[in-house]
Formats: sequence, structure tokens, C-alpha cells
Amino acid sequence: MAYDLIGKNFTPPDIYGKVTGKAKYAEDFRAEGMVFCRLLTSPMPHAKVKKIDASAALKLKGVLGVLTADDVPAFPPPNNPILTNEPLYVGEPILAVAAETEQLAQDAIDLIKIDYEPLPFVVDPLDSLHPAGPTARLDGNVANPRVKFQTIKWTARDFALAGDGKLPMGKPADEWTYGDLESGFKEAKLVLDESFVIGAAGHHCMEPRSAMAYWQNGKVFVFGSTQSQTAIVPGLARYCGVDPKDLVYTAEYCGGGFGSKGTPYPQMAIPAHMSRKINRPVMMRVSRHEEYAIGQGRAGFQGRIKVGFRADGRVVALDAFVVAENGANIGFWDFENFGHTLSVVYQPLAMRWRGVPVLTNTPFRGPQRGPGENQTALAMEPILDKAARQLGLDRLAIRMINAPDSDGKHGAKRESLTSAYLKEALEKGAARFKWEEKTKLSGQRRGSKVIGVAVSSAFHQGGFNGFDGLVRITPDGKIHIHTGVGNLGTYSYAATSRVAAEVLKCKWENCTIERGDSRKHLPWNSPQVGSNTSYTQSRTNFVAAMDARAKLLQIAAKDLGGQPDDFDIGGEKVFLKSDPSKSITYAAAAQRAIDLGGSYSGKEASADLNPITQASVAGLAGTGLIGVAKDNLAFDGMPPALAAGFIMIELDVETGKWTILEYLGVADCGTVIHPMGLATQVKGGAVMGFGLAATERYVLDPQLGIPANTGFLGQKPMSYLDVPPQMQWDAVDKADPSAPLGSRGIGEPLEGCAAAALVCAISDALDGHYFNRTPVVRDMIVNAISKRPQSYKALAANTQ
Amino acid sequence: MIRDMMPNFELLQPTTLVDALTLLDRRGQDIWKMAGGNDSLDWFKDRVKRPKAVMDLGGIAELRGIRETTDGIEIGALTTLSEIANSKVIRAKFGVLADAAGRVASPQIRNASSIGGNVSQDARCWYYRSGLPCYRAGGSTCFADTPAGMNREHAIFDATRCIAVSPSDTAPALVVLEAKMVIKSAKGGRVVDADQFFVGPAADITHMTVLKPEELLVALRIPNKWAGARFYFEKVADRNTWDFALVNVASALKVTNGTIDAARVACGGVSCTPRFIKVVEEVVKGGKQDEETAELAGKTASHGARPVTYNQFKIPMMENLVKRAIRDAV
Repeated sequence: MAYDLIGKNFTPPDIYGKVTGKAKYAEDFRAEGMVFCRLLTSPMPHAKVKKIDASAALKLKGVLGVLTADDVPAFPPPNNPILTNEPLYVGEPILAVAAETEQLAQDAIDLIKIDYEPLPFVVDPLDSLHPAGPTARLDGNVANPRVKFQTIKWTARDFALAGDGKLPMGKPADEWTYGDLESGFKEAKLVLDESFVIGAAGHHCMEPRSAMAYWQNGKVFVFGSTQSQTAIVPGLARYCGVDPKDLVYTAEYCGGGFGSKGTPYPQMAIPAHMSRKINRPVMMRVSRHEEYAIGQGRAGFQGRIKVGFRADGRVVALDAFVVAENGANIGFWDFENFGHTLSVVYQPLAMRWRGVPVLTNTPFRGPQRGPGENQTALAMEPILDKAARQLGLDRLAIRMINAPDSDGKHGAKRESLTSAYLKEALEKGAARFKWEEKTKLSGQRRGSKVIGVAVSSAFHQGGFNGFDGLVRITPDGKIHIHTGVGNLGTYSYAATSRVAAEVLKCKWENCTIERGDSRKHLPWNSPQVGSNTSYTQSRTNFVAAMDARAKLLQIAAKDLGGQPDDFDIGGEKVFLKSDPSKSITYAAAAQRAIDLGGSYSGKEASADLNPITQASVAGLAGTGLIGVAKDNLAFDGMPPALAAGFIMIELDVETGKWTILEYLGVADCGTVIHPMGLATQVKGGAVMGFGLAATERYVLDPQLGIPANTGFLGQKPMSYLDVPPQMQWDAVDKADPSAPLGSRGIGEPLEGCAAAALVCAISDALDGHYFNRTPVVRDMIVNAISKRPQSYKALAANTQ
Repeated sequence: MIRDMMPNFELLQPTTLVDALTLLDRRGQDIWKMAGGNDSLDWFKDRVKRPKAVMDLGGIAELRGIRETTDGIEIGALTTLSEIANSKVIRAKFGVLADAAGRVASPQIRNASSIGGNVSQDARCWYYRSGLPCYRAGGSTCFADTPAGMNREHAIFDATRCIAVSPSDTAPALVVLEAKMVIKSAKGGRVVDADQFFVGPAADITHMTVLKPEELLVALRIPNKWAGARFYFEKVADRNTWDFALVNVASALKVTNGTIDAARVACGGVSCTPRFIKVVEEVVKGGKQDEETAELAGKTASHGARPVTYNQFKIPMMENLVKRAIRDAV
């Protein structure tokens, strides 16, 4: 279908601020009388704070107050605390000090004496599951939003039975099965049983999670760094100890979130509590090292996959077990997504998933781009390659035969997908990448350099439903698209706003996106997470624009006579279909809406709208024609985000260094709504994926529990000199039938397919040496080539 | 403990060398000498090192610049790594030093960092940088040299209590070029051979160089002895930019009709000082500059290596780099 705006490039309005420096990130906001606070963080991996003596600090001139865990709301364990008297990892905030300057606050912190009682700690989940091992908390070692908080210890026999290098498999926290696993394995021509470690890594957002807050007339004003906008409000209000209506939240720009800023995080509330205590606006600028500690990280996996293949490569049985590292608190459900992803991308005929999220005294975990899904790609894609080698199959073919199509199913209940075109993505990519030609180069050696070629697939859910949309036409003829989804930096807030403009057939130049501040009267929208904006927000903007359209037609019918169906819209007018000369402009209709009142002007709003949307509509009432609706469109099945990555590398067998010669990422995201936005996602996702594959990880000293690599230098995200100057992208561009304009989300699998492709290409260059561990760092490659044993202990986590 | 916030200190900003040396003579023990700041500022922000006074050398113009002399070139200690990497005369005569300078850290850091700072920088052992009371910090243990220590980046040679490595990329190049380090103090000065400038823990466990508090490294002289020789520099790190070497190598070869007359090879990242591998010359001298000779050189280079838990990969990596430094020197 041809659209005026959808599928076309445009300049998102926030770009101007970014390139001119006018964009205001959290730490750029100021308020009269503003002071600063800094954090005193734990030097120990687990301890009890027995006594805090801040008397010397408080005597320093210019020091304004100390905020401890006793001053802020507490949340039941294992939730993430705002401040704590029982730090569970090095770097966890214990207290905050406010002062006229940051330096003074730090000087004061240096004068604070804390009496700690050191407690047992653990940095490897398997150590915690061992019957003789320490646990990360006094009250349990297994937690997650998806399982009860508990203690699980495996038996010594579980460990002994596993044997060297194999994951022991004791009691899981959760499991599911479908199909006849036993028959599947019997039928299989090849059965592989692989244990693996997928490294955990921090988010390392370029913009640390700074925040500023002050109180005015009983309301708290918070300026933060988040991916999402209105979805932040209820949780942040809870952290601040106020009703959501008493929170004014501003988040105009976000310098990277990758999942860690999708929902409110507890430390955001520290300036608010400090401000209430000292009655001054308070800015908390978070440093790079603090960001490492509180900026969240991806769960590491210690896992095992037993998989049975038919001679043609079809996965007939898959038995998967994962021990996911959950940090010390509630964490995220990466462990569950592991099973779900395997069930989608490889469509096993029979499958069992078992998982246990285990607590460690390591930085606090949250969802990171493809949380669970991308670890799964890193674990499973090399296994497919290994199977292809042993079965004599092409590596593309083994992916094609297992890839889901629109009849594919997901999860234990084998529920339906809204559509899936992964096969088409693989085919399109293979043709463009010249897969057949390139695979002939595999293993070719030039001097010390060997060619490696690979293909990989990845997945994430690509959309949700049930949120609200809000548009407003004002008497000056402008169309205001109110979006509360947030501005993660992907520009999808703008691309999806164009859905409303497309429906209303108005010029994009005549539209204003209202966003970034709850005072702009924003609707209840999805958090900008989970590769869902392009799908979910298209639906909300669609239903809001359709509501505005219906109201425009009704107003025209009232003023010009006839029925609403007799009218249509175009050129920012409502006109009589039988006589287009009879029309009224959007501007005039907006004025009429104000005159008419009721739902036309927002004086009344539908009861099914979220209270936040209702409050926004009330705030806008009488300013124009209000189009507002809840997304009650059909939502049958799960919309998937799918991607395929193709890569060719050159590996230097004398140094272990690899160079990416070519990379192509292909997206299956339904209709492409913003080509340039998609291109940056394909390429940016790949850059992030290469780091996940080859360099980024947590390293902690197991005897001291302290982290080795807390900054950008130690964490080693990829630089522009590590990736090819030109990367290619493409998309299937087939509409999803469940989305009004056909778009699905895509952001997350674009990282996973690139990460797995690089890992597979390194193994390809090494003639099928599979590491079963990521990141595949230089020393692992050099040890493998020189036939030396690897230095790490098998299945050890957070190690070098 | 995370600090990330610089404390106050007295800032000294001399604009002449005489003034700088006079201040150092009076109060050298209290003064931290800072050039580009890329080592210093981290220490200050972490509040691990808390000097009473910091001398910012950036205003001393006479410490900058590359000058040709009768016997080679002289590089002011404050000359930036970018200036060295891009210098026509250094590229023409001592390409190995230009290549090494061009591989330090990142383009931005090379624009700010000086050659003097690069060779004088402190150890990058993460335990030491965390502020733990290790031997190098004046304490009585090494946290890296334990069976559980995370010591992938650490030394495979010459460990004596401390197992930190020389982090400099330019140091091995200076060693193979037989550079002279020009050191001055208010009372005079001395000139030290590059391979004597760096000190290991056996000699002084809390310092990386011979510089005394009252002394300043003012220039580096590169004699013409190796001008126009065949050179090789390579650094292997986890990333292609903004990273320290896992292992680096520099070589200078004199070759006549394919036969090696003289050779010097040094590696960084393997011991606390840049490791000048004298025996390599014995092995390759008189040999052809080919794979076979290079292979022998590589095997020779790693003799005596004693890896710790996580760094045995440095042995084959070093062997291969030394091999390349002989085979591929141009």
C-alpha cells in the first residue's frame, strides 16, 4: 500500500537539539538554589551497616544533609532498594550527601565513618547452588519477578553426576515441556549435548543515570534520564512516595538506555528524597563508575542444550537448562526468555525448558537489549553450525528448515504468531550477501589470515497492545500528536507519530509532537522497551487519529448536513464526498469542537482510558478537537521481531585479531515505517552485538568480590575502529496483518543476530572450533590456535 | 570505594623549565608532575593518589617540539603522541616510533598525551588502580598474583612480588632505537639509556622509572644509529583503539642482501619494564630475514616465561609477534 509518510525518510525533530547542543539531558537542567548530592557506595560485596557516623561530615561548611536507607521508602526483598543498610554488591549506594558543590559532598563522604559487618558473598551462580556454597543474601539465593523468592541448593550428587565441563542440572525454579521429547531424541540422526557460558555485561549507557528534583506546592518535579515517559510515572511516584498525580516528570532526551532505563530505577528517587529533606533542589550527577554499579547489566548464562536433529537438520527435540545470573536483587526474566526464544526461532517439534535465576553479589541486573533472547542466539547458533558440519548441511539451509513462518508457534502452549518472515529475511540476505559464493571462501588463508563466514538469526517479541493514543487539532490548524512513549534515541517516537499524520492526511510540517514532559499532557503509553514501539505506538496513534477523524466527520455532518459517512478528509479539510467544494478546514473544525464541548473538546473522556490519559485529556479540554482512544484493536497472537545477520571476517591466526570485512543485517519488522531509523538500528545493533560477542563482560575477583573493569576502558564496547566503516542493511518489508499499518518492532534481535554471526564466523575461520563461551576474547582464540588449554575453569562465570 | 570526584590541590603552572626545576628542587616530594593528564586525572578523580601540589607542565614551551640534531633527533618530553605519529622526520628515519605513537590509546588521547607521559605512566594493574594496599601501593601483598586473581593482563616475566606490566606502546620502540632519556634537575642532569630508564619491582616496587622527585624528563634523543633500518611495530589489544596492549612488539633490523646484520627487539605488556630481548639478536644475526629465522626468534623470545593463572596466552602471542617483528620488518 502506498503511503504519503509511512516508509519515507524524514528528519526527526529532536535531531536539531542534538546537533546544536541545545538538547537538554537530565544533568543539563537547573533550578534556582540547586545543590548537589553524591553517593557513598559499598566497598564490600556483602555487608551489614552497623553504624554510620556522619558527624564530621555534617560539620563541614556547605554540607546540607545526609540521606540514608532509613529516610527513604523500603520495598520488600528482593526488590531493588533506593539506599541500603545491607549492601549486596560493591558499588551499591548506602547513603547520599548533599552539599553546595559536588566536591564538597565528596569531601564530606570521605569523612563519614561506617562500621561494616562483612557477610558471605558469591560471584558465580553455580557456587551458590552448590550445597556447600555461600548465598548472595541472608534470605535466599533465587529470585526473579517470575518466580518466588527462595533458597535452592542442588545436591553434591547433582554436581558429581554432571562430569567435567558439563552443566550440573539440579532442581530448577521453573520448567515447561511440550511434545514427546523422548521420541524426538530417538528419531534424531544427530544429538548434541552442549554446555556453555554466555558472559554478563553492563549496559554502559553513554549518559549516566543522573537526576534532578525539587518540590513545589506538594508536587515533586523530577528530571531524569529514561527511555520511557509516562510508563515511568507510576513506579517513580512509588519510589518518591507520592501519588502519580503529584509527580511531574521530564525526560526530553536519553543518552542510551538499552533496557536499563525502560522502567524507573530506584536511585532516580534519591534527589527527590534529599530535596524534601533539605528543602533545596538537588542534582545527582552519576559518574561513570557509579553507572557501572547501578546502571544494570545483562544476566549471564550457564546453560546446557541437548538437541536432536533429523538428517535434514530439522530440530526434532530440544532439552534446555539455564542458570541465569540475576545480580543480588529481583533482576529480569532472561532465564524465561531463553526457553521462549528457542521455541520460536528453531520451532522444535518437542521441547523442554528448565531454568533457575540465581543471585550473586554482582551489579544490579535489568533487561538489556534482547534480555535472554540474545544470549540464546549466542548459545544456540554455534550449535546449529556444529550440527550442520556433522550432518554435512549448509549452514543457511539448517536455519531455513527450522525458521518460523507465519504458521509458527511460540512458547510452551504453542500459541500463534501474528506473522513471521524469517525465512524471507534469510533468503533475501543470502541473495544480497552472495552466501554461496562467500561460503566458498571459508577457511581460505592469506598469510596468517583466514576467512570466516557465518549467518545467524535472532528474535524478540515485537509488540504489545492496550495503551492509549492522543492527538489534538487546534484552531490554528495545527495537529498535535501527544506521545508518552519516550525518546530512547531510536527516533521511533517520531516515526510512529507519523501514523497519526498519515491517518489524518495532513502535512508533516503542520504536525507538532508533544513529548518529554508530563506537563505536555501525555497519554498512557507503552514503555519504550522490548522492541515494541513501532508496533504498539503505531496502534495507539492509529486509534487516536481514527477517533479524531470520526469527530471531524461528525462535525462536518453537523455543520454541512448529511451523515458522517458522507464525508471524507484530505488536504486538512473535511469535505462532502459528493461535492468536495463543501468542506470545512481542520482549523474550523477544531474551533467547532471547542464550541461543542463534550468528547469533542476533551470535556468528557472514555472510561476505558488510563487515569493518566484521562488527566491529560482533562488538562487539554477546551483547547481543540481531541482524538483519544484506547488501543482495543484485535491482538491475536504474538508479533515477533526477527532478524538475520550475515558476516565475513578475516582472522589472524598469529594474534587472534579479527577484522570484519562485510556485515549485512536483514530485518523482519513488518512494514518499514522509517528506513533511516531502521538502518541505524541494524548497524547500531550490530556494533553492540560485536562487543557482546567478543569483548564485553563482567570480571570480578572471586576472593574479594570486587569488579575489575568498571569503566569504558575495561568494559571494551566496540569503537568505530573495530567495526567496518560500511555495513549493509535490508528488510523483508512485508506487512504484519495485526498492525494497522503493518509495522512490528525490531531493535533487539538486530544485536543478537550480529553477535552470534561474529562468534560463528570466528569458529568458521578456526575450522569448526567451538568455544561454547562468550565473549570470545583474543586470548581464547590464541590458546585454541596454539593448542593450549584455556585458562578459565569450565563453566566459571565473571572470570577472565 | 567509588569516588570519581577530584579533591582540591595546589596547582603549580610554571612557564619555564628553570621555574619548574626550582620548584621541584624545593618541594619535589610534594609535587605530582602532570603532562597530558591522562594518567594523572584518573588517579585524582579516584582520590587514590592525593598529592599536595600538582605541577602542570603544559605551559613550558621549551619542552615541546621535534628537533634534528647532528646525531639524530631530539623530542621534547611534552611533544604529543599525535605530533610524533605524524612527524615527517620521525616517519622517515624512525618509523617504528611513529607507528608506536600512532597506536597509543585513541586519536583524542594521542592529541592530548605526551611522549614523556607515555613512558612515565604508572602501572595499569586494576587491583593497584582500585586503591588496594598492594606492594606497589606500599602494602604487603599482591592481589593479582593469587590462584584466583584476575591477572590476564599481567606479567609473564620478571615478577618480583608485583606482577604489573609496562603499559607503554612507545617504550619498546624507544628501547630498540637505543633512545637516550634526558633528565634534568636544578642541580644538573643526567642522560639515561632507554632500557635503563624503566625499573622493575626488584629495583623499586613503587616506581616505574628512575626519575626522582626533583627530576624532570625533558627530552628523548634518538641517535642516528638505527635511522632508516627495517622496522616493525605491532600492538595486540582487545580493541583497535582506546586499549592497552596485551602484548606489543617493536623491532629494528639491519639487513644486507637478505641477511640480518643486526637486530633489536623489545616487547611491552609482558614484564614490568619494556622487555629488551637481547638473545633474539644472537639467534637471527647472520640469518636470512625469513620465516625460518623468524620462527626461531619467536621461540627464543619466550624462554623463561612464567605465566600466572590467566595469561599463558601471552607466550604464543609474544612468540608470534616477535616472529612477525623479524619476518615482516620493512
